Amino acid sequence: MSAGSGAPAPRSSQHTVIVPPGRFALPRPRELWEAREVLYRFGIRDVVLRYRQTVIGVAWVLIQPLAAAGIFSIVFGQVADLSSQGVPYFAFTYVGMLAWNLFSGVVSRSAPSLVSNQALVSKVFFPRMLVPLGTVASVLLDFVVALMLAVVLLIGYGINPGWPVLLLPVWVLLIVMVATGIGLVASALQVRYRDVGYFLPWAVQIMLFASPVAYSVAEVPERLQRLFSLNPLTWYLEEFRYSLLAQPAPPVWQIVASVVLAVVVLFGGSVAFQSWERDFADVI
Amino acid sequence: MRPEVAVSVVGLGKSYRVGRRGYRPNTMTEASLERLRHPLRRVGYEHFRALEDVSFDIEWGQAVGIVGRNGAGKSTLLKILTRITAPTDGRVELAGRMGSLLEVGTGFHGELTGRENIFLSGALLGMRRKEIQRQFDAIVDFSGVEKFLDTPVKRYSSGMYVRLAFAVAAHLETEILAIDEVLAVGDAEFQAKSLAKMRDVAKNGRTVLYVSHQVQTVTALCTSAIYLDSGRIGYHGSVDGALERYRASYASFAAEQSDAARRPGSGELRATAVRLTDEAVEPAEDKVLEIDIAANPEMVGTYYVSCHINDANGVVVVQCDSRNVGRWLDPREPQRATLTIRALWLKPGRYSVDVFVCKTGVLDGWQGAAVFDVLPVSPYPTLAGDEALGRGVVLSDFSYSSEVREVGE
Repeated sequence: MSAGSGAPAPRSSQHTVIVPPGRFALPRPRELWEAREVLYRFGIRDVVLRYRQTVIGVAWVLIQPLAAAGIFSIVFGQVADLSSQGVPYFAFTYVGMLAWNLFSGVVSRSAPSLVSNQALVSKVFFPRMLVPLGTVASVLLDFVVALMLAVVLLIGYGINPGWPVLLLPVWVLLIVMVATGIGLVASALQVRYRDVGYFLPWAVQIMLFASPVAYSVAEVPERLQRLFSLNPLTWYLEEFRYSLLAQPAPPVWQIVASVVLAVVVLFGGSVAFQSWERDFADVI
Repeated sequence: MRPEVAVSVVGLGKSYRVGRRGYRPNTMTEASLERLRHPLRRVGYEHFRALEDVSFDIEWGQAVGIVGRNGAGKSTLLKILTRITAPTDGRVELAGRMGSLLEVGTGFHGELTGRENIFLSGALLGMRRKEIQRQFDAIVDFSGVEKFLDTPVKRYSSGMYVRLAFAVAAHLETEILAIDEVLAVGDAEFQAKSLAKMRDVAKNGRTVLYVSHQVQTVTALCTSAIYLDSGRIGYHGSVDGALERYRASYASFAAEQSDAARRPGSGELRATAVRLTDEAVEPAEDKVLEIDIAANPEMVGTYYVSCHINDANGVVVVQCDSRNVGRWLDPREPQRATLTIRALWLKPGRYSVDVFVCKTGVLDGWQGAAVFDVLPVSPYPTLAGDEALGRGVVLSDFSYSSEVREVGE
């Protein structure tokens, strides 16, 4: 059976060179762009899977932060009787939960993503980074739904955030960047060490109470203030409340630090991920 | 790289790190405990060379079969070429887009519908959205599941699932395609359809790499072949040449295996001799095999013996496991087990026997323990020529009867 000798060489759209990996690797934007369809399909898959075969579907996205904000306002606002800087306690914690769920959602969904997609990692090639990145879409969708309810709440309580609301997309971007950077490292680590799967949810849980989500920084005792202001999550939470609840702007150094941190964490995370990527199929 | 070359491989090597005595920490605690226990020891790893200095060029339009015994490095080679895993040394150049079919149903998710899975799997295999949309009807048509496109695939029958999965893969239009024995799926009709589809691929000047154990498919699909022998290239050239080396490897392997210390298995008990009472039998004759097994007075319980009869292509024709007939042996005495295979009509050719002595695990795995020939005579009462004997893996004791049928008016 001859395949026709001297068959014309197909136009080579692409030339690939495969060599042993070096110690450090930078993410390859061209490769990621080529495979954008995979990212899109992962996003669709996650969104569809979350709501198929559930009875009230999207409502779950609202019930979770609502219930959490409700409990927190009772515990911190009523029982502990903390102040909430002149904002109704419920709105105050709801906005906190909004930012918090964005952060914790990205971290806790991206971290186990590689391990739960084992079959893919060992059977087909595509930029592995797309697996953890693909989880961001479903978290963002949840966020948008919850944000719409926040708008309703603000109107209901008669809170006018003013111009700072225009900066909200920036804060969202920063939180997603930080969370994605952490998620990338965690997912890559979990390929080798399953401990991450135990440690991370626990750490996220602790951070929820260690960060001013359900209470205001102003309520923190003087001597702990410095410690709290060093917690990066405080910066992002304050920025969120600045944009949505007409709170005073956070200090400039915090804003600068929050931008720098987001860039550093995301870049560091993706370099670490990329450097470990070539081993995934062998150790997963 | 010359323009007519599609795949160029130079000095490719891959080693896997194998922990000491199979040790490999799975959690950080284990890793750090091990560190604490032996603070001064450098973590010593053994390296297993899966591929060693592999070099070859493949030109456009070639369909290349990759054959070799289990563990020869076929799948590793394919995984490196498709970038699933990274090489340890060497260099590969691909002059086009590489698609890989290493399993059926890459990325398929049970909760998603057939339609959603076509897009997800297609994207993962490297198709662009436009390509999938353009091919969508062809894929659905090829799979024959159009009625169930909007049903989650978890409700599909396994046949439908496999057909849809293969249909997506078959419409992958990359310039280079790597395939790992995924063809052996579905019913006979679908297999023939798949085979024809694969054959078309190379005809358009694209390049196919095909890993297989099935000699028939390699002969049918490939224009040249590579024979891999323990991670090295043993032969690269014509399909016949490679298959000849592949078959011959069974003979040299058998010689090596007669040394009990080099065989796999725990070694608590070893077979010492395996022979056939008659090394050349007629197809329908009984095949009688004697297996001598040493004694181990310290072993408790009983063990069993399992023999595989393989044809020249390495296909296991039959497994004769003593558990099936309730025969368990006592390890405290040396034993001679006699296996008599009745009512198996083998086709003429050379066969090899693998003998496994097992208890809970394999005690002794002796591949190629014996060889016998089935003589080229027909066991059937009437001579009908090769054409009437050629198909099938075995012969059988069959009969036809017929009667004149009354055709109703």
